[in-house]
Amino acid sequence: MSGHSTYVPKSAVAKWFESRLPLVGLVHSSFVAYPTPRNLNYFWTFGAILSFMLVAQIVTGIVLVMHYTPHATLAFSSIEHIMRDVNYGWLLRYLHANGASMFFIAVYIHIFRGLYYGSYKAPREILWILGVIIFLLMMATAFMGYVLPWGQMSFWGATVITNLFSALPIVGEPIVTWLWGGYSVDNPTLNRFFSLHYLLPFMIVGVVALHIWALHVVGQNNPAGLDVKNLKKDTVPFTPYATIKDFFAVICFFVFFAWFVFYIPNYLGHADNYIEANPAVTPAHIVPEWYFLPFYAILRAIPDKLAGVIAMFAAIAVLAFLPWLDTSRVRSATYRPLYKQLFWVFVLCCIGLGYLGAKPPEGGYVIASRVLTAYYFLHFIVILPILGLIEKPRAMPGSIAEDVLRKHGGAPVGLASGASAEPNSKG
Amino acid sequence: MAETATAEPTRRDFLFIATGAVGAVGVAAVAWPFIAQMNPDAATVAAGAPVEVDLTPIAEGQIVKLFWRGKLIFVRHRTAEEIKEAEDVNVASLPDPEADSARVKEGHAQWLVVYGNCTHLGCVPLGNAGAYDGWLCPCHGSVFDTSGRIRQGPAPTNLPIPPYAFVDDTKIQIG
Repeated sequence: MSGHSTYVPKSAVAKWFESRLPLVGLVHSSFVAYPTPRNLNYFWTFGAILSFMLVAQIVTGIVLVMHYTPHATLAFSSIEHIMRDVNYGWLLRYLHANGASMFFIAVYIHIFRGLYYGSYKAPREILWILGVIIFLLMMATAFMGYVLPWGQMSFWGATVITNLFSALPIVGEPIVTWLWGGYSVDNPTLNRFFSLHYLLPFMIVGVVALHIWALHVVGQNNPAGLDVKNLKKDTVPFTPYATIKDFFAVICFFVFFAWFVFYIPNYLGHADNYIEANPAVTPAHIVPEWYFLPFYAILRAIPDKLAGVIAMFAAIAVLAFLPWLDTSRVRSATYRPLYKQLFWVFVLCCIGLGYLGAKPPEGGYVIASRVLTAYYFLHFIVILPILGLIEKPRAMPGSIAEDVLRKHGGAPVGLASGASAEPNSKG
Repeated sequence: MAETATAEPTRRDFLFIATGAVGAVGVAAVAWPFIAQMNPDAATVAAGAPVEVDLTPIAEGQIVKLFWRGKLIFVRHRTAEEIKEAEDVNVASLPDPEADSARVKEGHAQWLVVYGNCTHLGCVPLGNAGAYDGWLCPCHGSVFDTSGRIRQGPAPTNLPIPPYAFVDDTKIQIG
């Protein structure tokens, strides 16, 4: 993709094919000869983990559709049919349902890795924004997928989320009726969500292709946040180094995934979703899936309906502007003493919002949600722009090779002692 | 093309704009059915035919849930105390000011008919609950009074009144 291909077709057939469609050369340059920075840590394996999760979700999803019935009166029982009657149906459904959670665990680690190491900074702005689009598509897909079992949480989740659009002045009500295809969430809503839930993953595949393309144009960021200066000294070929490391990480992640599927398959779900949808009764405590909780907390923190909805969407949209909000020219938090601490404060803020999103909206929980919501936005809109101007970065190694050799006690390099004391286990 | 740029629009400029305009109309015309198909279909609209509700079995103090056009409706037989509570409120102090008399039919103050989905995000509020004895929404904590008016919480408006009329003293027609 960025012209590193060293592929030379050997056989006559390969030569014939390559001169007509240079597909093998493309794969070779992207996944074999592609130079990866030699200081990458295991946080850089989450791209591969996410790719595998996307494939896993599509495969299990396509199989589940063979047994699922998208109708308001039949959907719930067809899920029970999958769980009880279909051969290995319980496994396929648990893989798919827990797979969504695993997908989000991996994507959150992937996003926070980008935040820590400044992976959104020039020249990776487009790469980052494509990532934000994938994240939005994932959220839409996950939400619509959760509606399909037509349990109580499905139904009321769909009602609450679609009603977010009713906050818009004038056009709100017609838009909600249009989204529902009726005057409440009902069979037409279920049908269209099913159709879109099947479509969106393939749109994700498309944006992922662009994401990987953009990555291979600008090259990977790395824990030192340095540019590759010398291909020979600073990088290693993707195969075997990155492929084997990614593969190992994927297997470890699948062990974690399997633990959920086989031992605690309903841990991340809600018991209420095993009750069929009833439009006359709302469950006493409705909460979204765990991966939406921080955003749900932001929605509820704001007492005004429209402002709450705007704040919730802004919490995601602000990420797209991050490359320009962070004014520091240093990418990696390793060399940004203040940002490094504030990064962890921000992580705690997000976890706190997630905790509060699951709590009832009353008393101290509301006040805490407001404080953390304010901090969430302050981090992006005030702290990051100012921090880049006042922070004094630490001394950085001269190159990626120097960074690696220093950490592993190789050739001595003359550096500030403060920087060399940096442990390499930081997240 | 002419060798030098002229200020005068040419025939070709006109053709470009005219073709573009026809193309835009064509795109809009094709997009229309694809967008319109998502609106409620004929069967859903037809299901909105009026329904009659017999009030005789609804005891004083009781709230009955029913559906019209797929939407939940509460029919509440209010006690004298609940009516008084709703009427004694200073209307100007309400988040969505509306007098109780404007929310019931004249001479039928004991009957309150309102949509049963919270105006915040659509959950079903719990009846005879909350600080104002009306409804309390379990999702985000909106509190409604005995007239279905919003008193506390994130809901922006009162529970709306569906279109209905009294056929006779013990029967209403919704729709």
